[in-house]
Amino acid sequence: MLQTVINALALGSVYALMAVGIGLVFGVLRLVNFAYGQLIMAGAYALAIGSAHGWPEWASVLTCFGVVIGFSLLMELALFRPLRGASPATMLVATFAVAFLLQSIALLKFGSLVKSASIFPGLFDPIANGEFETVRKITVVAIVSAVCALVALTLLLARTTVGLHMRAASADFQTARALGVRANGVITLAVVISGFLAAVVSVILVVENPFVEPQFALRDTIIVLVGVVVGGLDRLWTATLGGFSIGVATSVFTDELSSAHSVYVDSFVFGLVILVLLARPEGLFAPLRARTVERA
Amino acid sequence: MTLADRLAQLLLPVLLVTAVALLGSFTARTNEIHFRVALVHVAIVVGLYVFIGNSGVVSFGHISFVAVGAFVAGLMTISAGVKRGIMPDLFPILRDHSVGNVESLLLAAGLGAAFALLVGLPLMRLSGLAAGIATFAVLGITHNVLFNYTRIGPGATALTNIPETTGLVQGLIGALIAIVVAWLYQLSRFGRLLRATREDPAAAQAVGVSIHRQRLIAFTLSGALCGFGGGLLVHHAGTITTEDVYLDLTFLTLAMLVVGGAGSLLGAVVGALFISGLDSFLTTAEGGVHIVGVKIDLHDGTHLVVLGVMMALVLVLFPGGITGGREFRLPRTGRRRSAEAGT
Repeated sequence: MLQTVINALALGSVYALMAVGIGLVFGVLRLVNFAYGQLIMAGAYALAIGSAHGWPEWASVLTCFGVVIGFSLLMELALFRPLRGASPATMLVATFAVAFLLQSIALLKFGSLVKSASIFPGLFDPIANGEFETVRKITVVAIVSAVCALVALTLLLARTTVGLHMRAASADFQTARALGVRANGVITLAVVISGFLAAVVSVILVVENPFVEPQFALRDTIIVLVGVVVGGLDRLWTATLGGFSIGVATSVFTDELSSAHSVYVDSFVFGLVILVLLARPEGLFAPLRARTVERA
Repeated sequence: MTLADRLAQLLLPVLLVTAVALLGSFTARTNEIHFRVALVHVAIVVGLYVFIGNSGVVSFGHISFVAVGAFVAGLMTISAGVKRGIMPDLFPILRDHSVGNVESLLLAAGLGAAFALLVGLPLMRLSGLAAGIATFAVLGITHNVLFNYTRIGPGATALTNIPETTGLVQGLIGALIAIVVAWLYQLSRFGRLLRATREDPAAAQAVGVSIHRQRLIAFTLSGALCGFGGGLLVHHAGTITTEDVYLDLTFLTLAMLVVGGAGSLLGAVVGALFISGLDSFLTTAEGGVHIVGVKIDLHDGTHLVVLGVMMALVLVLFPGGITGGREFRLPRTGRRRSAEAGT
């Protein structure tokens, strides 16, 4: 029971981090970034290369952050910026194209076989013998880093001028620009923070599962993308809660379903998603409001 | 809109796919496969267009209908004796019967429509991102169940020994059927009502159009076409796995629709032919090809990378797609233009 709760919290925390990364960019760009998982995959390959060359761990981790943030900025400059204001479907398919591109590059460069990345192997050990035998140190690290990242981000958004600009931009981009918020600056910052969070997730996921392949983190990203919409993408905190909840739900289904049914975890999660969407199309955590007619 | 204008919408798509099929019949046997797969892609993307293009709601779930169509058409054309040997777990109705090629395609279309109707009844109440994600959840469930449940299919292994009946002729006929159905639908009362809800949902509702009903009709019809396209696909390849009709195909077909221009039938056809052709060309180029005297020889495995770059580039240059979402129109004659100006 305790085990189930801790696993659920850990997966929920990692998914919450990813949800924040996706939600921040959506807030300022109105763009759902399907390529987010491939950023995490790129970071994981950076760690794998580092450990294959025997670099010290701090160097590998630094490279991982550099690679992921670099790719995020490149994506913003080469794709998001020219497409700003295009229809949502176009932007979505453009991020599909990037996801596909990064995955093909990984396949071409590293092949389809797994590369193992040994990074902070000590974190995979249990925290203590006895009752906590199956709780690994990385689980605690995941929860703690999620909490730290969320607190830091909340402070940034609530207490700093640039945070105020970002909140203004995600509430109403046009008006915020008219009142003197520099659009490019705010968007770049959102993209960098989002990349930073992707790198954090890369490190956590690689410690948990050191086998890196081109589809690394793909399933997780898909589940989180679903989760942020279920939570409500219009606000950062509802998107984050959505990511957290779907992580908790996935983990609980994985642990509690009998072995005959455990292969159908995804069906249970997606079935639940459909039910929630039908009941609360604006988002599970969105404030209740009178339903109005649909707007174009 | 005059009859000539209506027929003009149909003209270019029909000419394009016919030209592709004719070109295919003149090429070497080894290259014919590229033309066949392009025709199958046209059928599937036109199926997507019927819903996405006319309603303006992006669905990520249509490949579930392709998957269902592909598996039922594949399963039912394998002889009962073979099925008893390789898939003993199947439900008796699937295991002990088999049908011909045409019946299997009709079955695929029917099952696609039934599945779409069932799913659409609750889901078509949703709009925007919620609708996109809910349809995606349907795809996730379809894939998960097909992959694990061995009473309705081969599960994690590939389904093989399927008769390869989709040659250029069947491919062309299939693509033409999809195009004509989509054309008839978009000119019908239902098509126009649905496009009205796309342009202004509030105004459409105010004049008594039920968004739910109109979307459901289009969703079911496009489910039928996608199921049919799945049948063509499985009879083209002769073998299928659940991965073949999952994320990659979803991404590829949506990219085709958006790159061509999601708002028009012409866009769906052009996008499918363009991306399919580009992919085939790049795959061939990995083996080295000569184009007007220049030898192009791509490194193995680069075709996917180039394809990704090209798609992103087209979207940056033409955010509305190659056709801009417009249909082909006859050039206006001077007399008609002045007549219109007078009214």
